[in-house]
Amino acid sequence: MVWNSVSEFVAMGGYGVYVWGAYAVTAVLLLIEVLQLRSHRRALDADRPAGAPRLPPAR
Amino acid sequence: MKPRHRRLAWVAGGLIALSVAAALVLNAFNRNLVFFFTPSQVIAKEAPIAHTFRIGGMVLENSLHRDGTQVRFVVTDKVHEVTVQYTGILPDLFKEGRGVVAQGRLADDGVFRADQVLAKHDENYMPPEAAEALKKGAAVNDRMSRSLVDPGTVTRP
Amino acid sequence: MSRPSLFRYASPAVFYPLAGRLWPWFAVLAAGLAMAGLWIGLLVAPTDAQQGDAYRIIFIHVPAAWMSMLIYLVMAGYAALSLIFNTRLSAMMMRALAPTGALFTVVALWTGALWGRPTWGAWWVWDARLTSELILLFLYLGFIALQAAIDDPRRADRAGALVALVGAVNVPIIYFSVTWWNTLHQGASISLTRAPTMAHEMITAMLLVTFAAWSYAVAIALFRVRLIIRDREQQAAWMQESSEGR
Repeated sequence: MVWNSVSEFVAMGGYGVYVWGAYAVTAVLLLIEVLQLRSHRRALDADRPAGAPRLPPAR
Repeated sequence: MKPRHRRLAWVAGGLIALSVAAALVLNAFNRNLVFFFTPSQVIAKEAPIAHTFRIGGMVLENSLHRDGTQVRFVVTDKVHEVTVQYTGILPDLFKEGRGVVAQGRLADDGVFRADQVLAKHDENYMPPEAAEALKKGAAVNDRMSRSLVDPGTVTRP
Repeated sequence: MSRPSLFRYASPAVFYPLAGRLWPWFAVLAAGLAMAGLWIGLLVAPTDAQQGDAYRIIFIHVPAAWMSMLIYLVMAGYAALSLIFNTRLSAMMMRALAPTGALFTVVALWTGALWGRPTWGAWWVWDARLTSELILLFLYLGFIALQAAIDDPRRADRAGALVALVGAVNVPIIYFSVTWWNTLHQGASISLTRAPTMAHEMITAMLLVTFAAWSYAVAIALFRVRLIIRDREQQAAWMQESSEGR
């Protein structure tokens, strides 16, 4: 462990804004992609006519 | 929105994005901003001296002079040197003996008047202790090699 | 069957359930690798002698930049397959990869800006490396816009494949820009031709996050290609009878 305290870790030697800004935006963008895919799948699921048979898989 | 309108919107959006990108890129190339020239290239007049361009190299040790917010330093590629004058705040990583890239014009007096100074760092990443050890090692090497030339300065590490 | 067996998986009907079984594994792998990589990168790796802790942005910047280029090359590969063999699945994979590639390009540019400001002294410069990476973003966006603008999927695939193939020229330009020209952007710390120029904890962290990003991209592409297959093959008989919809 290279840090002596939590506040030192957050401060990142004075570069906290830049470092955490990079990590946070990346996390948010990945989250948006995952959520967008999930809602796309939900929309397709909703389109499927009710009572359509589940399984069996092709061959 | 009708499908035809949606399609048109995508095409228009795509075209606008592409033309903006092309304009920005051509502009950057035109203003010689995509890469820098070394002091040797500037001396040899290979750089576009009549225009704005970038000069890059190492900040010569002990060449930095501050006068209020105005700074003067010498950029070297270890062969030729160019003096740079700049008014403004230098980046954190700007240091003598380190890399620098300055953007501006070469004045008639041979001094490069920069309107932007950027610190260039290398691709070596190491903890401070390792850097310190390397520096010591280099100093020892330096002394050893000098002692080969001039036996008077022999100092055993 | 006269065709080689590999082509079996080129059938959406066969690939659909396979992708459904595979993507969760890649997702779990991505999460595990990312946690390990970020743990080492943020808590174990030493600070840098030149840049202090600002250098820790490297642990997302470099993996994202590598993935932005790799995904484009893989897209171009699928584009070639789809143009040569006219296989439906390769075109769908090409389409499934594009948004993730664009995302990694945005991440690379964004983290680069936040790294450039404290170290170089500028958010953005028209440097060869940065400019060519920006062109990559516009190639991705152009590809996505083109796909969305053409209604007939087969024609959209062919047009997209052309963009992907032609644009692939840009990838070596990005990669070698730092050696071909005098750029502000530093050279590669890790290359196949010489020893890396980083402390080993830093390399470990960077490679772990890179593999995490790779697994993430695979998981997302497999998931997205299933949605594309469902979108396109809704009328197909196999899709009607087997709604294994997970």
